[in-house]
Order: sequence, then structure tokens, then C-alpha cells
Amino acid sequence: MPNAVEVRNLKAWFGKAEALHGINMAVEQNHATAVIGPSGCGKSTFVRCLNRMHETIPEAKADGEVKIGGMDIYGVPAVEVRRKVGMVFQKPNPFPTMSIYDNVAAGLKLNGTRNRKTLDEVVERSLQQAALWEEVKDLLKKKSGASLSGGQQQRLCIARALAVNPEVMLMDEPASALDPISTAKIEDLIFELKQKLTIVIVTHNMQQASRVAEYTGFFLMGNLVEFDKTEKIFTNPSDKRTEDYITGRFG
Amino acid sequence: MTRTRFHQELEELKHRILAMAGMAEQAVDLAVQAYSQRDIAMCQRVLNNESAINRAEREVDEFAVDLLAMQQPMAIDLRFILAVIKINADLERVGDQAVNIAQRVIHMIEYDAKELPVDIPAMAGKVRKMVRDALQSFIEGDADLAKRVLEADDEVDRMNKEAFANLSKCMQTRSDSAAQALDALSIARNLERVADHATNIAEDVIFWIRGADVRHHAGQTASRL
Repeated sequence: MPNAVEVRNLKAWFGKAEALHGINMAVEQNHATAVIGPSGCGKSTFVRCLNRMHETIPEAKADGEVKIGGMDIYGVPAVEVRRKVGMVFQKPNPFPTMSIYDNVAAGLKLNGTRNRKTLDEVVERSLQQAALWEEVKDLLKKKSGASLSGGQQQRLCIARALAVNPEVMLMDEPASALDPISTAKIEDLIFELKQKLTIVIVTHNMQQASRVAEYTGFFLMGNLVEFDKTEKIFTNPSDKRTEDYITGRFG
Repeated sequence: MTRTRFHQELEELKHRILAMAGMAEQAVDLAVQAYSQRDIAMCQRVLNNESAINRAEREVDEFAVDLLAMQQPMAIDLRFILAVIKINADLERVGDQAVNIAQRVIHMIEYDAKELPVDIPAMAGKVRKMVRDALQSFIEGDADLAKRVLEADDEVDRMNKEAFANLSKCMQTRSDSAAQALDALSIARNLERVADHATNIAEDVIFWIRGADVRHHAGQTASRL
């Protein structure tokens, strides 16, 4: 299986403070890779470098090589990168005043798609893929994104990201604000989505990482301490620091 | 995120299984002593203590399952709890072997003492050391000591085979000693089983400490550990 994301010597800064100290990682296509580590370890910064979100913060910059589907993301306009790389955040952030339909269609419209039939098809397909279609199909234009429950809002955001057909989906704590049932739906969804794209998920919940991801990377103080198959990381990690973290001996 | 309470509970689990280990170890000692001294009262104590070992097994299992369910342990902690659950079953079986030995001794005492071609105390001494070392390796998390337990099992197997050969011959040639030879054969076999449980415990310690599964390949793998 080829790599969907290849990261070489990635460094990131906030002003003069170096937050990532040369990360190397290969993310396998059509698999989920979890990124774990204590607060402030650089895991969110890392994923935000994968779609060039990091550089939107004033004074922040990144250096190194990130290839997504073979494309050097720092050699093309950021907007092109974000077409290939979708992102879902901890707190669901649907466009509050837009209808459910318009939320999902927003990315396509922004890219210039105006054909009604195409939009209808993409909205339905994206909501189906996000396992939200059955719950909202009769409310598409009647209700706003903000009127849905937290779990539904998060799946709406996933549908919105899916609408532009990304190759990679970045998820930054996508279920940490959700109840267990909504969390289970998101986790089931990750399994479905892996067939079509590649997922990189940041999570504080190690059970979640072990449930959804085939590979896990442990970050500590801006370094990737260990990267291996998830079952190895959670049953018999090679690095003492990984073991101490996942067994709760520090953090 | 340090999980102080959880780690205190793991210590508590360790104490509980060590208390049970003490009971199982004592049962074997008592049964072997009863053999040497032909003491029926000692045998009775072994039989009476069995229910306490069985109760301890259930309590350790329940505690371990609670920790798995409530604490979602990871890595070395997960391996520790899995090892404890397996060691627990082995210790309960050690208790059963002690009962088997005691029952055979009770049967033997019904007959006059006979000279038999087997050194049960010598074999028991080896087995006892294996059990002790397996438990010591568990107490100290010492995989090297556990590895030495695996190596010691070959010697006990050899002693058991020798006992089988000599006692079988005795049964064929000395009809007046056949019943007692059969009892001694069973005792040797039960001691050999105790050694196997000590080996299992040692394998579980290696799994806990090193994350390596050495079951069924102990001879080949032990040298590489």
C-alpha cells in the first residue's frame, strides 16, 4: 500500500519557539493513523502543518517536506492543498446561519460548481458517507446546521469536508466533545471512510486510538518518540517514554 | 494524567495473588512432608485448605477483571493483569496437585511402609525451588530468573521419567509393593505437573516484563531472551 502522506524533517515554529523538531513520518494510504501525546507535545501543530493551517497563525511558520499523494504541499497554493486535505475539529463548526444543504455544498460552490444536479448529488453522497443522510434528508433546506445536535453537527462537518473529495482527512479530537453514542458513530464512520481516503486523527483518548487506528505515533515535546502499529504501541511499546505515558506514569 | 490510584490497585492485586501463592506453596510443602512422615493429619490439612485456595482464586480473578473493565490498562499494566489472571489459574491447579498428592499419601499410609525405587523428597526439592523462583521472579519482575525456571523444568521431567521406569518395573516384579508403587508414581506425576505450572508462571513473568510470548518454545526461545 503506498503512502498517502510523507513527512520529512518537518519543523514548525510559533515566533521563535520551535514546536516541532524535525518530524519524519509516512502515513499509509487507506488507513487511520492516530497521533497521541500530552498537551503541548505538538500533535495538533503537526496535523495543522499537513494542510498548511499552521501558517495561518500570525508569526507561525513551518519548514521541511510534506508530500500528499506525491504533491509537495509547500510548493503549491494553500487552497489547492485544502482541496486534497479535509479537516474536522474538536468543536463542530458548521456555518450557523446556512441550511444543512448549503453547509455541505459550501466548498463546492466556493470552487465554482453551480450545477444544481451536481450539487444535489454531492450533498446526498457526502451526507450518506457521513452517516447523516437518513436523519436529515427531509430537513436539508428547512433547518440550519446549528439546529442539529452536537454529534450530528460533527457529522455535518465531516460531510462538508467530504464534499470536495479529499484524499486525506485530518481529525483533531473529533469526538472529545461528544457523548458515547455520537462518539461510536464517528468511530464507525472512520472505518467506513478509510476505504475511500486516509485519516490522521489526533486524540487524547487512547482507547479511541486503539479502536480506530492501524498506526499510532507518540509525540513528546515536539518530537515523534515512537511510530508503530497501534497494537504494538498499546501492548508493548519500544520506548520507555511511550510506555510511561500510555500507562499514566506521567503526563 | 498520572494514575496513582490505579497503580496502587495493581500493587494490591499483586499482594493478593502472592497471598494465594503462599497458600498453594504451603499446600505442596505440607503434602510432601506428609509423604516423608506418613502423617495423615498433615494430609487432612492440605484437603481442608483447598477451599481457601479456590476462594482466593475467584477473588483475584474478580479483582483483575474489575481492573480491566474499569481502568482500561495499557502496555506493561495490561500485560501484568493478563499475567496475573493466568498465574492465578496455575496456582489454583498447584493447590489441586497438592490435594492429589495428599490423597495418595492417605492411601499409602493404609499399607506398611515399603522401600521404593524413587526419591520423592529430592524431586520435591527441585519442584519447590522452581515454584519459589517463579514466584520470586514475579515479585521482582526478574525475567532472567524466570528464564532459569524454564531451564530447570527439563531436570524435573527427567526425574519423572526415571521414577516412571523404576516404579513400573517395581510393580511388575514386587507384587507386595505394587499398590504403593502406583501411589508413588502418581505423586511423582503430580510433582511434575506442579513444575509445569511453575514453568507457566515463569513464562507469564517473561510475557509481563518483556512482552515476549515464550510458550511452547521455551527450550529454543529461552536462550534468546
